[in-house]
Amino acid sequence: MTLTSTDLLLEATGVSKTYGAVVALKAASLAVRPGEVHALMGANGAGKSTLVKILTGAVHPDGGRIAVRGRERVVHSPAEARHGGLVSVYQEPALIPDLDIRANLRLTETPLEPFRHWLAELGLGDLDLSSQARRMPLASLRIIDLARAMAIEPDVLMLDEMTATLPANLTERVLEVVGRQRDDDRSVIFISHRMIEIAAVCDRATVLREGETVGVVDVTAGSEERIVELMLGQAVDEMPAIADRTATAERHPEARARLSARGIAAGTKLHDVSFDLYPGEVLGVVALEGQGQDELFDVLAGSRRPDGGELLVDGAPVSFHHPADAIRAGLVYIPADRAEALLMQRSVRENIALPMITRLVRWGPIDASDERKKVEGGISTLQIDTRAGGEVRRLSGGNQQKVTIARWVAGGVRTMLCFDPTRGIDIRTKQQIYLLLRDLAESGAAVLLYTSELKEVQLVCDRAIVIFGGRVVAEVAVADADEPALLRAAYNLKSDAVMPEFAAAEVIADSEAAAAGAPRSEP
Amino acid sequence: MSAAAPSVTTGRTISLASVAKGNSWTLGLIGFLALLLVFTKLIQPSYGVTGVQGLAISVLPLALAAVAQAIVVISGGIDLSIGAMMALTSVVSATLMKGQTDEFGVVVVVGVLLLGLLLGAVNGALVVVTRVPDIVVTLAMSFVWAGCALLVLKTPGGGSAQWLKDLVSGSLGNEWIPKAAVVLISVVALVWIPLRRSRLGLSIYAIGSNRLAAFRSGVPVGRTRIIAYVLTGLFAALGGLSLTASTGIGTPVPGPYTLMSVAAVVLGGVALSGGRGGVFGAIVAVMVLQLIRTDMTFLRVNTNLAVVAQGAILIGVVMIGSLIQLRRARG
Repeated sequence: MTLTSTDLLLEATGVSKTYGAVVALKAASLAVRPGEVHALMGANGAGKSTLVKILTGAVHPDGGRIAVRGRERVVHSPAEARHGGLVSVYQEPALIPDLDIRANLRLTETPLEPFRHWLAELGLGDLDLSSQARRMPLASLRIIDLARAMAIEPDVLMLDEMTATLPANLTERVLEVVGRQRDDDRSVIFISHRMIEIAAVCDRATVLREGETVGVVDVTAGSEERIVELMLGQAVDEMPAIADRTATAERHPEARARLSARGIAAGTKLHDVSFDLYPGEVLGVVALEGQGQDELFDVLAGSRRPDGGELLVDGAPVSFHHPADAIRAGLVYIPADRAEALLMQRSVRENIALPMITRLVRWGPIDASDERKKVEGGISTLQIDTRAGGEVRRLSGGNQQKVTIARWVAGGVRTMLCFDPTRGIDIRTKQQIYLLLRDLAESGAAVLLYTSELKEVQLVCDRAIVIFGGRVVAEVAVADADEPALLRAAYNLKSDAVMPEFAAAEVIADSEAAAAGAPRSEP
Repeated sequence: MSAAAPSVTTGRTISLASVAKGNSWTLGLIGFLALLLVFTKLIQPSYGVTGVQGLAISVLPLALAAVAQAIVVISGGIDLSIGAMMALTSVVSATLMKGQTDEFGVVVVVGVLLLGLLLGAVNGALVVVTRVPDIVVTLAMSFVWAGCALLVLKTPGGGSAQWLKDLVSGSLGNEWIPKAAVVLISVVALVWIPLRRSRLGLSIYAIGSNRLAAFRSGVPVGRTRIIAYVLTGLFAALGGLSLTASTGIGTPVPGPYTLMSVAAVVLGGVALSGGRGGVFGAIVAVMVLQLIRTDMTFLRVNTNLAVVAQGAILIGVVMIGSLIQLRRARG
């Protein structure tokens, strides 16, 4: 099929943008046909978000041209882009927290009926429009944001990591609705780190690397490998060191648990979670969104008092009143949201040094050379790119996450609680984090890893517990912890039960046999 | 150890670069101050030793107020009761010292500094415990402290120990080195520099920069906030003492120090949102503001117009400074 440029719905060529010394985009191009779902791929810092912001007028490019339906356009503002039919749903929900949903819609002059229609299509038909945005869960806010964008029937809809924080059932609806857009000759630009979603919904993919478009790929079976190759710019090493780790998973039966939870309950979501975490292992936690995992990690990290249950560290009962208590007991917490962990305006050095203040009770001067040694140890262990180290907010997402991990590794870590540590970061950094978690476990640390990417369980964990409805419903050995099995367990399904369509479509096709052997609760 | 070796050099370069960058605002402000001094000399050729002496003495209370404000603002708070605390500590010291011996004066000074710590602790504890916004608590407390000051002394009066007055007037050795400047530099150096290098200092910056992240990192947020207010109270008391010392009496009505300290902090490159800046920029900013006022007098500008001009210059300088920083970040 050959198309002239006037047949293209959206065409951007030679788009460039620099921020100070940082080149965000060098020569990005993107051509979107009418009626296609077009993936925009690239490692973190490749320039995807910048390109989307330029297309929607939020950022002004230094150079390049943008044409919509063959006519050159200069988009000055997001409002202008909206009128021109270009609408984006950003990673952060763009709803005013203190207004109710109806007022938020009025603010953007969104027609109510189409909004309700799309909301119903997306699986939130029963939403109360008079509830305050602040009180809604993040997943609902993102769906509302999406419905609001679709209600004005844009020619080009841009979705930046739309599914990153969604539970599986909502992801399914979003993908299905996005796929249907092409029937009306509308186009969607779809940004996601999840290859499986790209394969499921996209027709073509444009791959960015270091601010340049390095290739356009037709998405077919097996094209994932090609996309990843383009993204990385080198042959993909499929987790080299992970394969031979099964040996370390063997632990001495008489070993004492580093951390034991007994019937932990908190709030309305977490009811009864018990597990033992041993030194030298990575224990996975698998759960759909909102099954109490947030509360569990808050309790373990000392930011929240449990309503019931008991925590034991090295066999002794503990009670945390403050994160400092947990840190003193050797429990450190890596949140998914870097903004919860970092002092964005301060330097890499200060960010890494910060938690060490709790290590010493005295408030005396910081031992400068000792501190520098630890900070630099952390930086080199995690290979942090510190060229913009004066202010952490200038670092890429992946490097920011490395800083949150480095600060604990620098001080020597005994028990690490990771809550979706690889959310929204690029493959290369993900692999480094996987390797680091394994290294930590091998050197005797205990790691608890909640992940929303089920694939990570088999890559990194020794075993996994599955939480559903605030209770542990299954424990899965790593050998059985493939995606279909985990998904079944996460939905609390018995192996003979019917799987949700989305899950089935996603995973069953290529591994029927594995699904048949899905685990029930194993002791 | 060996792995860290190559990164040592990069680490140092980065920290050096960031130190230069972190202080660029203060350096620029010092340049502006130098220009102002040259300008002053041009419009008033007789400006010299006396002028510098006068500048140092008039700057001292405001500089201490600015340091007090800078600390609490860096921690993510604000204190609108600084002027009232200065008035209260000033009248307490003047009342107690009147007609007493020098030795008793020392006791009073120490007592008043402790009083400053107490006032700050009350402010901080109220902010942290009641969870009422800091701007409301400290505004309310400014009425309380100002009222207390009037209870202590209804009209300006009292006295000061001679050694305290001598401490800030005149010069030390060289006539170009006013004692007031020496006092200011030594007090700030004695408290701020060790603080900046301590874990407490890092904690204060941390809670101002991102309170949740600081909490998650194990920083005792509430305690650190109270300590920031306590330090603010300490510097406010030093400011009050400097008022007593330079005027020889205590004045129960608060001067314009609260809002001037906020202006100085902003001009000095401390982010009102917290977490950024330092006290030295604020001190230089105070000198700039004071010198602008002096120049207006030399130029015989109408006093009311001078106040208007001062406000306009404040906005202009902050705006131009931000533009330069923005340009540099892009260029």
